[in-house]
Amino acid sequence: MTMATVIVHTAGLLTTVQDRGRYGYQRFGMPVSGAMDVFSLEFANLLVGNDPGDACLEATISGPELEFTGATWIAITGADMDPHLNGQGIPINTAVDVRPGDRLGFRGLRSGCRAYIAFAGGIAVPPVMGSRSTYLRAGIGGFQGRALIPGDELPLGGFEPLSPPGQFSTGSAKRKPRLEKLPDGLIPEYKHEQTIRIISGPEAHYFEIAGLRSFLSTEYTVTAQSDRMGYRFSGERIKHKEGMTNIISAGISLGTVQVPGDGQPIILMADRQTSGGYARIANVIITDLTLLAQMTPGGVVRLIETTIDKAQELYLNGCKVMYGV
Amino acid sequence: MELKYIPSGDSAFIIKAGDVISEEVNLVVRKLLARLEEENIPGVIDFIPSYNELMVCYDPAKIGYRRLLETLRACAADPAAILLPVPMVVHVPVLYGGEAGPDLHHVAEHNRLAARDVITIHTSADCLVYMLGFTPGFCYLGGMDKRIATPRQETPRLKIPAGSVGIAGEQTGIYPMESPGGWQLIGRTPLRLFNPDSKPEFLFTAGDYIRFYSVDKDEYERIAAAVAEGTYQVIRTPKE
Repeated sequence: MTMATVIVHTAGLLTTVQDRGRYGYQRFGMPVSGAMDVFSLEFANLLVGNDPGDACLEATISGPELEFTGATWIAITGADMDPHLNGQGIPINTAVDVRPGDRLGFRGLRSGCRAYIAFAGGIAVPPVMGSRSTYLRAGIGGFQGRALIPGDELPLGGFEPLSPPGQFSTGSAKRKPRLEKLPDGLIPEYKHEQTIRIISGPEAHYFEIAGLRSFLSTEYTVTAQSDRMGYRFSGERIKHKEGMTNIISAGISLGTVQVPGDGQPIILMADRQTSGGYARIANVIITDLTLLAQMTPGGVVRLIETTIDKAQELYLNGCKVMYGV
Repeated sequence: MELKYIPSGDSAFIIKAGDVISEEVNLVVRKLLARLEEENIPGVIDFIPSYNELMVCYDPAKIGYRRLLETLRACAADPAAILLPVPMVVHVPVLYGGEAGPDLHHVAEHNRLAARDVITIHTSADCLVYMLGFTPGFCYLGGMDKRIATPRQETPRLKIPAGSVGIAGEQTGIYPMESPGGWQLIGRTPLRLFNPDSKPEFLFTAGDYIRFYSVDKDEYERIAAAVAEGTYQVIRTPKE
């Protein structure tokens, strides 16, 4: 069993511990949190032989500088922040072995917004309410309920040396085949302009036809007010019908698109409130949330409508390739 | 009203029980929640009950929406036949006025009452927890007497301590965490509404009733100390 810790030298803009999220408590008003880009989180974990939902670091726009006290495997997915190990460039989307004393750094953002750093064995912070995800607003989970700062030392989980890619090991239950890479085309391309697919929402009928037309035929720009709670956009006003802006406070799901009175859409993400009072015009399909989570302010989206059947077929196909089932 | 089934994207479904805020509609939501929890549908990962809807969150890798919808319809065929346990009344001690409730006098003046009348009225009705949301542990309560209704403050305070009890329009509520806010603060409870290190983590659940009662400073301090030690026993009685 190998154990190591990670010392944080610089933290980057916003680096937090995230897993798949804290489910089961939304009825108490507890947001789910978790990785903004769950696809990249799972991919990073599979590359180092972890369970897909294990805790990773989510780095935002600029990456941290980390030092390893023991040997381990890491994998970086999502945004390309030009990572290097001891000054030597390393590839993303593949496992890299690190030795005691190695330093991982990032030279700068080349594409996307959020990078996921997985460590073999995961990050051994104590789970809070069933999850290691950091929920910043309430200061719970992750590493002491907050974003990383210089001087932090993260405990890593134990792991058995990795088996060669694609081979089942014998003996230890912890050893499992690891994913070597994904077929070309399955790793999304992060572009400044993205087409995002939506499914019509519970209050689509609260909007004027002209409003729905604006929503589906004009471009919306990601604003600087976007964060882990939601992406906020500016663009052509989406007109509500007279007096139909608000609803009785009701549940919000991952990717719900709310339109407040100003007609500017908000897409709700990982740290979303569990309930809200604005008309819910649509929902972004899960497959495309990975694209959205990698957009930075100034990015432009075009929204197009799809069906649940198509969305779920797409999602299932993605899962099949990723997990080989 | 007949139940409506509305998809919320490709990973959640809404069952809508009505278009109004009423105890009757909310009861249907809570009955459906109890029934679906009992059913333990594989792939269903979370529920968000609200005033008039139940949101069912699921993992589409485990269950497709057509099969889920079929299961939901079957479970919800006859909400009237679903029995719920007797609701509980949670007794919530409040230190009214003074530093703990700086707006008590404003609420009294606004309604042409004496401060002690505001306390009497605020402690005399049981308030239904319709739902939780907004922040972890925040309860949307019904049942406050309109005689103490008071509009929100024009300028919200930047910092309101956890446990503050306030009034906003015709609603009363408790701040679970320190946060900014515009409610008229009439008192503070020493109870913790949300504690991730205790079991259960949340003091209230939808369907509970809250009964406020007035305590003096000594009693407040005594309860606060017991809460901090983890020895305080919350008073819960069946709703008569």
